[in-house]
Amino acid sequence: MKNSLNRFVPKGFKPFTHADHYKELDIPILKPNTNHKKIKEIGSLSEIIKKLKIEDGMTLSFHHHLRNGDYVLNSVLKEVFKSNVKDITIAPSSIFPVHEPLVEYIKSKQVTKIYTDYINGPVAQAIQEGHLEELLIMQTHGGRPRAIEHGDLVIDVAFIGASCVDRQGNASGKHGKSAFGSIGYAIPDALYAKVVVLVTDNLVDEHPSDYDIHGEFVDYIITMENIGDQQSIVSGTTMITKDPIGLKIAKDAAVVLDRLGLIKEGFSMQTGAGGVSLAVAKEIRTIMENRHITASFVSGGITGYFVTMLESHLVDKLYDVQCFDLWAVYSSSKNDDHITISASRYANAFNKEAVVNNLDIVILGATEIDVDFNVNVTTDSYGKIIGGSGGHADAANGAKLTVIVTQLVKTRIPIIKERVTTITTPGEDVDILITDRGIAINPRRLDLIEKLSKCNHLNIMTINELKDMAHKLTGVPRKLPQTDEVIGVVEYRDGTIIDSLFKPYKRKA
Amino acid sequence: MKRSLLFIPGNNPSMIQNSIIFESDALIYDLEDAVSSSQKDAARLIVSEFIETSFGCKKEIIVRINAPDTPYYEEDLKQIVSYKLDTIMLPKATERTVRQLAIKLDEIEEKKKITKRIKIIPIVELAKSVLQIEKIAPLPRVSGILLGAEDLSLDMGIIRTKKGDEIQYIRSKLAVACKAFDIDAIDTPFTDVNDDEGLVEDTKRAKLLGMDAKSCIHPRQASIVNGVFSPSSLDIEYARKILLGYEEAQKVGLGVFSLEGKMIDKPIIERAIRVIAKAERYGL
Repeated sequence: MKNSLNRFVPKGFKPFTHADHYKELDIPILKPNTNHKKIKEIGSLSEIIKKLKIEDGMTLSFHHHLRNGDYVLNSVLKEVFKSNVKDITIAPSSIFPVHEPLVEYIKSKQVTKIYTDYINGPVAQAIQEGHLEELLIMQTHGGRPRAIEHGDLVIDVAFIGASCVDRQGNASGKHGKSAFGSIGYAIPDALYAKVVVLVTDNLVDEHPSDYDIHGEFVDYIITMENIGDQQSIVSGTTMITKDPIGLKIAKDAAVVLDRLGLIKEGFSMQTGAGGVSLAVAKEIRTIMENRHITASFVSGGITGYFVTMLESHLVDKLYDVQCFDLWAVYSSSKNDDHITISASRYANAFNKEAVVNNLDIVILGATEIDVDFNVNVTTDSYGKIIGGSGGHADAANGAKLTVIVTQLVKTRIPIIKERVTTITTPGEDVDILITDRGIAINPRRLDLIEKLSKCNHLNIMTINELKDMAHKLTGVPRKLPQTDEVIGVVEYRDGTIIDSLFKPYKRKA
Repeated sequence: MKRSLLFIPGNNPSMIQNSIIFESDALIYDLEDAVSSSQKDAARLIVSEFIETSFGCKKEIIVRINAPDTPYYEEDLKQIVSYKLDTIMLPKATERTVRQLAIKLDEIEEKKKITKRIKIIPIVELAKSVLQIEKIAPLPRVSGILLGAEDLSLDMGIIRTKKGDEIQYIRSKLAVACKAFDIDAIDTPFTDVNDDEGLVEDTKRAKLLGMDAKSCIHPRQASIVNGVFSPSSLDIEYARKILLGYEEAQKVGLGVFSLEGKMIDKPIIERAIRVIAKAERYGL
């Protein structure tokens, strides 16, 4: 079966129709599970795992706030698989290279199904080679809580690493030697899992009042020596780029936003981590300072740069679903206006308070973008899995203006394709592409074309003209063959399938 | 009306390929100091091919060739001059070498059937050249003069400082000569690429003495230099008011009028026209 974007959808999955289809639906949200132990059982990893009686076919969930410094997933699964349990589904919000031990569990069929929002490294490679028994389900950061709240993803046991936990089960990531700040991705798991297990290296008698997970949703507390390496939670680069090409893109992005009149009192924005995104934020900040403008909020993954904006009273609130650096971690426990939000409140399309749906501006990256403005951040041009949506598709759909910033050519590969290898975010959710050599506006946005075409000093052209320009520099890339062996699916934020993932074609030696 | 001119090493293909997107108003592809003698041939080839095949570049294209007393000069000219080239930058320039270059260009343009007239930016970087600035400025094809303070300080046996007291006289002299003959006075590069504040101060000092533009050795410097040489939003707003006032004054036959308590006469009106022209040209 093909979806509306002409992408293959395996049997048994709902095809993507259009980006705002969810607005026509009224799907009931389940009530959070409040059936938990009154007195929390506390013990070592082996003691609690024994008590959990994990059985074949169960689903276990994890969060990724410790990113590539996470010890929880590996430690828990090592203990779980000491018994002969098999056919386990895991649902970590992201998977990083540190989770390499998973590869063996996948190969031995102890783990047979995976839901995740982002994946790279050895686990991605093993899945791509076809070792995972069932299809990999790639969700968005908003799609995951949607699936949990709608009962599409039923979690038997949620293992939630927390850097500070009290004996009543109140928990957060804000305090302790392994503090990681916001625990937003784990909040839906805590509310809906049948059994909730906190994993901590910092058990205290009473958590300060700023806990994000309430003890009433918790059953067990595992104590271990270290839940992770705090130094490895940093996402991408947290320094503003000095690369002149990145700076040029950032400057043009700020000019575009300014010409559109979007940098005004009370506006809201989100950018990714990374040098160019931070450079855009810096350019916007300069405009804000010159005109004494205060933003109402910044959301998403929070970096220290946005903390400085909060502390300089340039932003009223930071809505933080995950901290991208230790500066942000520190701020999350110190600044009252630095607010932890759950993944559902952050990006769930069906959550009426979803923060991304109130964004004025979102600045996002792209690995590939095609002439229909579809964006790929899931695979590279060879089809190799290198990441995933995270909040990309959610924010692009929710924000009033979605801007993609990227170099036109990266390592001699043109970024604009006739058709992207994998669709992560549909073109109908993307408004403007800003590259180092020109700017393309989605033809759907006639209002933007009208406003920006009057600016002679912005190099505005069609996306096909930009693609041709790239091809003049690099030549036309050869079309790569693709296998038809599906190894996973890419869900849009509403749970429909926007694309499939394939086993890559093996080139002959 | 350039503000920034960026040097691009002639032997760095990736930087050359990206050069047209940098923020400088002009690009100087360098075959001289940035290129070691063993790479002169390669650099010449890379730069000439790039200029020939580049597309969509609205910036002034300049090539700094090797000095006339080097074995590379003749070959540089032979290969580099094309209809896509705007300007030759001539190192160690003197009145004599600029005249010679102008004649050479006459010959090459005729031979290659190039209908445009390629300009020359001489670099003043010898004590002797400083004495000849007034003679160089009015020469045919000369569109501006670049101060090369590093080589000049070597020739003078003086030490370069960030503050630049040692080049104040030369900056002033060069600016006056260029203004007198209506060509660009281009300042020497600021060599500490990590000192943005120092660059701002140095550029402001050059501007104060009458320099119109500054050369840059890192792409990041160009936007800072552009910022200093661009009229501020207040300047633009005031210039617009002046021109509106002038329009009104002309209607009633007045050449001089009053704006916000100040007398506005011809020099102020002309400055306002220049401010608006610059603002329009650079989309400010």
